[in-house]
Amino acid sequence: MTFPILSVITFTPLVAGLLILMLPAERKNEARVTALAAAAFTTALALFAYFSFDPNGPRFQFVEGPYQWVPQLGITYHMAADGLGLPMILLTALVLLTGVMISWNVEDRTREFMAFFLFLSVGVFGVFAAQDLFLFFFLLEIAVFPKYLMIVMWGWPKTREYGAMKLTLYLFIASVVALIGVLWLYALSPVKTFNLLWLEEAMRAGGFDRTLNLFGANVPAQHVWFPLIFFGFAIMGAIFPLHSWAPDGHVAAPTAISMMLAGVEMKVGMYAAFRVGITLLPEGAAFWSPVIVLFGLINVVYAAYIALIQRDFKYIIGFSSVSHMGLVMMGFATLSREGFIGAGLQMFSHGIMTAIFFAIVGMVYDRAHTRNIPELGGLAQKMPWAATGFIIGGFTSMGMPGFSGFVAEIPIYMGLWKASTPEGAIFATAPWYFQLMAIIAVISIVVTAAYILRAVQRVFFGELPAKFAHEVGDVSVLDKIAIAILSGWMILLGVYPVIMYPMVTAGITPTLRLFVP
Amino acid sequence: MTPVPFTPSMLPAVVPELLLAALALIVIITDLSQPRPGAVGSEQLAIRRRSLGIVTAVGFGLILFVSLLTSLPAVSEAPIFGGMLRHDLMAFIFRLMFLFAGAVTALISTDSPVIGRQGEYYVVLVSAVLGMNLMAMSADLIMLYLAIETSSIALYALAGFLREDAKSAEAGMKYFLFGAFTSTVMLYGFSLLYGFTGQTGLYAVGQALNASGLSAGPLLALFLVLAGLGFKISAVPFHFWAPDVYEGAPTPITAFLSVASKAAGFAVLVRVLWAAFPGQETFWIQLLAALAAVTMSVGNLIALAQRNIKRLLAYSSIAQAGYILVGLSAFSTDGMAATLYYLGIYTITNLAAFGAIVLVSRVTGSDEIADYSGLSRRAPGLALVLLVALLSLGGIPPLAGFFAKFYVFTAAINSGLVWLVVVGIINSIIGLYYYLYVLKVIYLGAPKDEAATYPVPRPYAFALWLCAVGVLLVGFVISPFVNIAVAAASSWF
Repeated sequence: MTFPILSVITFTPLVAGLLILMLPAERKNEARVTALAAAAFTTALALFAYFSFDPNGPRFQFVEGPYQWVPQLGITYHMAADGLGLPMILLTALVLLTGVMISWNVEDRTREFMAFFLFLSVGVFGVFAAQDLFLFFFLLEIAVFPKYLMIVMWGWPKTREYGAMKLTLYLFIASVVALIGVLWLYALSPVKTFNLLWLEEAMRAGGFDRTLNLFGANVPAQHVWFPLIFFGFAIMGAIFPLHSWAPDGHVAAPTAISMMLAGVEMKVGMYAAFRVGITLLPEGAAFWSPVIVLFGLINVVYAAYIALIQRDFKYIIGFSSVSHMGLVMMGFATLSREGFIGAGLQMFSHGIMTAIFFAIVGMVYDRAHTRNIPELGGLAQKMPWAATGFIIGGFTSMGMPGFSGFVAEIPIYMGLWKASTPEGAIFATAPWYFQLMAIIAVISIVVTAAYILRAVQRVFFGELPAKFAHEVGDVSVLDKIAIAILSGWMILLGVYPVIMYPMVTAGITPTLRLFVP
Repeated sequence: MTPVPFTPSMLPAVVPELLLAALALIVIITDLSQPRPGAVGSEQLAIRRRSLGIVTAVGFGLILFVSLLTSLPAVSEAPIFGGMLRHDLMAFIFRLMFLFAGAVTALISTDSPVIGRQGEYYVVLVSAVLGMNLMAMSADLIMLYLAIETSSIALYALAGFLREDAKSAEAGMKYFLFGAFTSTVMLYGFSLLYGFTGQTGLYAVGQALNASGLSAGPLLALFLVLAGLGFKISAVPFHFWAPDVYEGAPTPITAFLSVASKAAGFAVLVRVLWAAFPGQETFWIQLLAALAAVTMSVGNLIALAQRNIKRLLAYSSIAQAGYILVGLSAFSTDGMAATLYYLGIYTITNLAAFGAIVLVSRVTGSDEIADYSGLSRRAPGLALVLLVALLSLGGIPPLAGFFAKFYVFTAAINSGLVWLVVVGIINSIIGLYYYLYVLKVIYLGAPKDEAATYPVPRPYAFALWLCAVGVLLVGFVISPFVNIAVAAASSWF
């Protein structure tokens, strides 16, 4: 038996979290060190897996199983990494590691904070490796309570109870809407299994090409299942009009949790929407693609405009992350090679970028004790590392060449430009429909630049308010390391995209073949 | 149907019931052999009196163990005692649930003021379990009614056991009035069934009705019987008694009512519908599905507004009955197995929740949710048990409630009940809200009394750990339990 690297990555945080909970409450440093060691260990394993993945090899590598779990219902334990899931596992590990680093100064119930942060990451790691839908939902819902508890206990006192409940319920709604679709699909599928690969085989054999009788009309089943699964999961990616939980929840959360939820958990939704929705139900994807691209565009433009008028530094980032998720949706909606690759890269790039944004907002708030932009200014003098990290994140956000945002966004726009509405889509569109979407999305980069530059200028440059001159100090060494790790990945991917491009290509190719022979 | 003559080989089937009768006697003797209050110091008395609860609990445990050895039903089930009883795997699993619930209830009663030290209390508890065991096995209208009354009358007494406490007395009275009323309604249904078919055996009634088709008379009987059983399982619209009785009854009895009595109701419901009304399932499945949807929705929506933990759990248990009915309305082997699985998990989970509540209210003297504020800082263990129980009720993995819900919904959707699953899933979202609300108070709030300590006597600790670990383990190790449930369910289709 080979070393079960994916299971070890997934369950190391669980074991470490339990160990931390067994420590006495006053041993805060031991809790921190254990958490850091566990995070570093999983990051090392994730890096090892990432760099030993062979893009020209089999689609799934580091396969564990499938082992029978509940054979009566066709439930298996099956972990494997493909070219799309592995970058996400690496992203989770990086956010976990940097999240522990920037949370070093949490003094209130440090033990529980570190333990629950690790528990939260268990579910996130697992969903990117799970190749069985039951296992997927099992791991996904494990995170429900840790994230609720962490926001409610360590969050921003003004909105934490509201934000925590809103975020938790929206994410729960998202997953159960998708669950209805999955159960429905299971009930009518020719193979009684929740294993994704066996379901894919059944799909290729035409098992899902059937019709449902709904209210007396015969409707192709995929047209009904797809929106449940895709839009259900896309709520986790904050799709318009069910996006309002994301800024509220992420602003209410403590810094490390904002990083994990906005940086990775939103990607869980889009990853699953692609992996389950588009891959299992290609006919449904083709039918709904003009709608997805429209909603994605609304995300991009609408959230960018809202970010423009925020006075709270953290809300800018909250809406910025919603805005950029729209690009992922648009990329998937093109059903083309460029769009898929771009969306896959954008998921990673967006995760790193959002994580660094939230980390720096947290550092600023911890030192200045305010996030109100008019009160801030000139902080670059006091914390140059944070300012640099934020500017690098800002460039990524605007899609500047040389940063990962450019590498990710350009293929999405190319895909949109090339795309045309598939045959049999929900509504006939003008031939320039996708191109129009592309133009509007590209123009909205100006808005992105406006709110990013405004934040950079108001927070980090300009005059330093007198009251900050003595109070505010520089960020800690661990904060600097965290900033360096995250910005390093944005630049690395920006100047050397080959580090991820072939892997993502390998990950999306099996799905792409369903649309482009 | 020819009567089945009695043979001694039928005795092993009823070993648990015989032993229960013996246990009741043992409890009485133990009680009598102990010195009366006043003879020794009160503290000494309290410790010795705890032995009553432990004797009862150990008795239940032993019976559970012995019945596994002696009374496992054969694969080919047969009517016994002249067709009065039926010894099948389904009934056997239900009896194990009742015994387990009885044991845990006895354990969490040991230190309760008043009830924990009275021999009568435990004797009545044992007879309630005895009645429930017979309910699960009955295959004859007369036997069934006797069994239902045996357990019901015992439960009325238990609910009102705190005579000095106005709320408990009110609960006992209310429960009795509602119970007596629905029981007569059900009895009328039984008499109609007998009148239309001339049979008392449930299976014989079923054959006769199958031959004649479902006319207005038997239809009325079906409604009347459903009303009686709806009361037992606290399905909407027969649920009005539940919150008041749950709130007023001694908390260990609330736990017992919410699990064992409900499970017994389901055991009878399955038996009556499947045995006496076969061939008409297209009709009563729709009835069950409608009942399930209404029960889930009403239970969950009203639970949102509750500020008393016992009332909250009362409405939650109404809602849980709805989820269980979803499994039954699937009308398939999987659906029936899911129902059994769900009931088993629900039994363990609710017992854990109420066990923790007993201990908290012993200290705070209150059942208001606000008084649970900051419990996690004062009593991390109890808070953890409540966490496990409430999240399992909410259907969050890795706890067993997740797979239970998943299984029920899978079975329902396999039978084409998509709308019912949609209703059920919307309800799980509502349910999660109020379970999280309670947990928020427990984990976030500041303790009202910084110095309060929450002692956990050993019998309680044992019962709570047993349930909590069970909920956690069964969440992972699913397959063996599904196998048992499927084996029990498959003979019904």
